[in-house]
Amino acid sequence: MTSSTGEAGLLAARAGAVTARGVVKRFGSNEVLSGIDLDVGSGEVVCLIGPSGSGKTTLLRCLNQLETIDAGVVEIDGVPLGQKRGEDGALRPAKPKEVAEMRKDIGFVFQRFNLWPQKSALENVTLAPQLVRGAAKQEAEAYGRALLDRVGLADKADAFPAKLSGGQQQRVAIARALAMKPKIMLFDEPTSALDPETVGEVLAVMRELAAEGMTMVVVTHEMGFAREVADRVVMMDGGVVIEQGVPAEFFGNPVEDRTCRFLARVLDTGAAAPPPPPQTGSSDSV
Amino acid sequence: MLSAHLIAAFDFDLFWSRIVDPSSEFWGALWATIYISVLAQLGGVTLGLASALAGRSRFWPLRFINGIYVTAIRGTPLIVQIFFIYFGAELLLGVTLFPRELDIGVGVIGGAVIAGIIALALNEGAYMSEIIRAGLSSVDEGQMESSISLGMTRRQAMRHIVLPQAARIIVPPLGNQFNNMMKTSSLLAFIGVYELFKDAEQLYSVNFKPVELFAAVAFWYLVLTTIWGIFQAYLERRLDPAGAIDRGPGSFGRLMAKVRPAASIDGGKA
Repeated sequence: MTSSTGEAGLLAARAGAVTARGVVKRFGSNEVLSGIDLDVGSGEVVCLIGPSGSGKTTLLRCLNQLETIDAGVVEIDGVPLGQKRGEDGALRPAKPKEVAEMRKDIGFVFQRFNLWPQKSALENVTLAPQLVRGAAKQEAEAYGRALLDRVGLADKADAFPAKLSGGQQQRVAIARALAMKPKIMLFDEPTSALDPETVGEVLAVMRELAAEGMTMVVVTHEMGFAREVADRVVMMDGGVVIEQGVPAEFFGNPVEDRTCRFLARVLDTGAAAPPPPPQTGSSDSV
Repeated sequence: MLSAHLIAAFDFDLFWSRIVDPSSEFWGALWATIYISVLAQLGGVTLGLASALAGRSRFWPLRFINGIYVTAIRGTPLIVQIFFIYFGAELLLGVTLFPRELDIGVGVIGGAVIAGIIALALNEGAYMSEIIRAGLSSVDEGQMESSISLGMTRRQAMRHIVLPQAARIIVPPLGNQFNNMMKTSSLLAFIGVYELFKDAEQLYSVNFKPVELFAAVAFWYLVLTTIWGIFQAYLERRLDPAGAIDRGPGSFGRLMAKVRPAASIDGGKA
């Protein structure tokens, strides 16, 4: 694996495609996903939006096997995730080791960052490449520093997460995911746990990443970001995809009734304002 | 006067000699208390970790075994367990598990010592199992998720991410346990292990001066536990490089703060 790529190719060396077909997920008797079809092309940026409980976070977690699916299939570049094709051509559930192997190529950014508090920013970024990809320490650190520099945190390499602001922590988390040189990046409401003044710095990093051709699936409440950066917006509710389209069409001329109501609710307080509209009384978070 | 009588009766010379110039048997006994406690604690932590992981396993038989073990050990007296292992295991299995003396290559060790270490370790394992279980569940599930999302196996995530964080939670109660272990190892005197308590008991049966002898024994246990307390404070600082947990001064620090002016606590930290 070559690590000494130039500045431009640092982040997105290779973009992958995601396909979901008929994905069903149940928690007990509660069906959270009821047959989801989703195609994300190589280098495409897709924003998943929808009210709380619509299943968008669960869908995202299924794309990385953080949740196992009960029916359907998720493919990364045509390779089924969490399943392995045997010699007879039939699919069987993948072994834990095989699942781990598949996850290497899929970066995941969590709402609450989930940085490792006992490790410095640089250690957070360099551990997985060493453990999982077998990178040499020096090589991992050089690449890790370059990534921290790209997210604007070169001077925070030795800082522990507790000493960083939310926005800084989330940028370290993005660098940590990128350190594995993923083909796809999944973002689960990456700015929902942030102070309003640090939301912008995280979105800026994501915007750059999108511009460099990374395949991204973003669960978000940031309608401004979706409108500006997404190639496609997917609206979910009740565990199904309600509607999808390019942002201009989706936001300008939504077809479905539920989409119109949802957009009316989130947009009338201003696209970037995080607090939910008070008149609905429903929480904005998961 | 009663107090005068007490002072006259207390053989201070004997007490003092047991502290500054004990017999050679004493040093052997002190050493036995130390290595028995350390080995039993190491065994207990190992058993406890295995048991705690079994208790969190996806496979119910492992969880079942964990439950039986913890319930049985915590529900019965330690002295009974010690006797059961030393005397009972032999009767039960029909073979001599713990001979009077055992040549282990580097020296000869008493069978009672081995039985004692096993009994203490088994007992400790059940308590450590619960402590480690609590430590593991105190680590946010997101830590495991972020680790496996980067392609680590669950085992790697446990070893490199979750366990080190659980360790910070585990060490203070672990310190309690080891403090207890050093004192509780005196129970092995009842199966004939020559350790601190047995040493004093032996002398007392000759000179009938229990107060002086056991006061000296108490002093030595206090020395051991104090040294451990200092080491534990060091360990807690080492495991928390980020200073993420604000614990305040430990028992030793609080003691020194009483002796010296209060400002010395902050002075020590800065």
